[in-house]
Amino acid sequence: MNKTTLFEQHKNLGAKMVDFGGWSMPINYGSQINEHKVVRSDVGIFDVSHMSIFDLSGSEQEEFLKYLLPNDVNKIKNSGRALYSPLLNNDGGILDDLIVYNLGTHYRIISNCATRSQNHDWFLKQSKNYDVKIKLMSDLSIVAIQGPNSENILDKIGIYNLNTMSDFDVKIYNSSMIAKTGYTGEEGFEVVIDNSDVESFWMDLLEAGASPIGLGARDTLRLEAGLNLYGSDMDINNNPYESNLAWTIDLNDKNRDFIGKIALEDIKKDTYKELKGIILRDKGILRSHQLVEHKAGNGEILSGSYSPSFGFSIAFARLDKGHNGEGRVKIRNNEFKVEIVSPPFMKKGKMLI
Amino acid sequence: MNEIPGDLKFKTSHEWVRVEQDGTVTVGISDHAQDLLGDIVFVELPDIGTQMNAEDEVAIVESVKAASDVYSPVSGEIIEVNELLLDNPETVNESPYSDGWFYKIQPDDLDEINELLSPEEYSEVCEE
Repeated sequence: MNKTTLFEQHKNLGAKMVDFGGWSMPINYGSQINEHKVVRSDVGIFDVSHMSIFDLSGSEQEEFLKYLLPNDVNKIKNSGRALYSPLLNNDGGILDDLIVYNLGTHYRIISNCATRSQNHDWFLKQSKNYDVKIKLMSDLSIVAIQGPNSENILDKIGIYNLNTMSDFDVKIYNSSMIAKTGYTGEEGFEVVIDNSDVESFWMDLLEAGASPIGLGARDTLRLEAGLNLYGSDMDINNNPYESNLAWTIDLNDKNRDFIGKIALEDIKKDTYKELKGIILRDKGILRSHQLVEHKAGNGEILSGSYSPSFGFSIAFARLDKGHNGEGRVKIRNNEFKVEIVSPPFMKKGKMLI
Repeated sequence: MNEIPGDLKFKTSHEWVRVEQDGTVTVGISDHAQDLLGDIVFVELPDIGTQMNAEDEVAIVESVKAASDVYSPVSGEIIEVNELLLDNPETVNESPYSDGWFYKIQPDDLDEINELLSPEEYSEVCEE
């Protein structure tokens, strides 16, 4: 089992460790619900060092990324910006989702844990015709600091002037990368830091009053924030249009060729499903694979859970288009009325449903 | 960790039973089970009057993570359910052996209980 540099820290904090794609990671430090609420109301810190970091070098990084990704890195051609994009195959199927950062010196990609070697192979294969080198970084850790007090806590430990950063801004600070990104829907930062420095950084944050948060709460936070989880809400059999990711397909530059572009033109016309949010206000919990019916068709629950912020259950579902905002879900022997909405359910502390 | 009370018997699937003085049997889930499940957010209890066989699925307990079946440790008729759990499912986390009980059953055959595990035997199961 792989361990992050912070493994012993998690054990000392009483974390329950689980196998997370071959990595021993904290699922919670006691109560997932309390941890979720701390991030919504104060500040929490997450070890997400199991995620994959790839650093690019060479003279054609930008050209390569314009070809690799359906979102256009032209949007971040000025350094200090980051961009979300799915990663597609030639058929327009989703291989993964990722964030690409323009650090000025070079580009960096952070993608999911379970797809690490698959992505590495894909990047090498697709970069053959470009002057680009791709290096999988194993000497770096990632700590996410999330919640309305995330800027305050970083200020307390001596990392100042983060208030000037907008969402998806990125900067280098003492050789660490600080990005105004996250997977919770709250104000927050993700810090990529050398393995040799991460323990003292983590301990400084704890000492300053931040609470450690497990990956259990991370999952309910991102669900409320309307953020897809690769493998649960989308995979290689799905296209971006049926995954609430149409906004990531950038066709503005007519001359730009990218992987999956030709397939997407047909897919766009033929897509008859969409990814929507589901709300169950009655007693019952929406779970993956439950059937959703509505007046124009049906569909299936993807991620589903109890929502700690709302106190009832919410989910994503992939549905036939044409609903009227109402549906029915069968849970064991009971049928429940549900609401069909557009995600997110919550953003920056504000309830949207 | 909640201490395991000595008068309980356990199923390997983590349910406990206690024979009350009036011969009825109270059923719940163990401290180990609630710890594995994490924060419990929903409990579905059986209807009063239902006849259960041992090993039947009798209740559902849902944590944030997942839904799990609760199996009946004994055969008999459901005579009371713990309605506190419907609005306060977290009671199962807080007090699995006391306020967090699930239901009471009028057993058909108390001998079934002798086949269940003692607290010591159950502790060994949990450590495996």
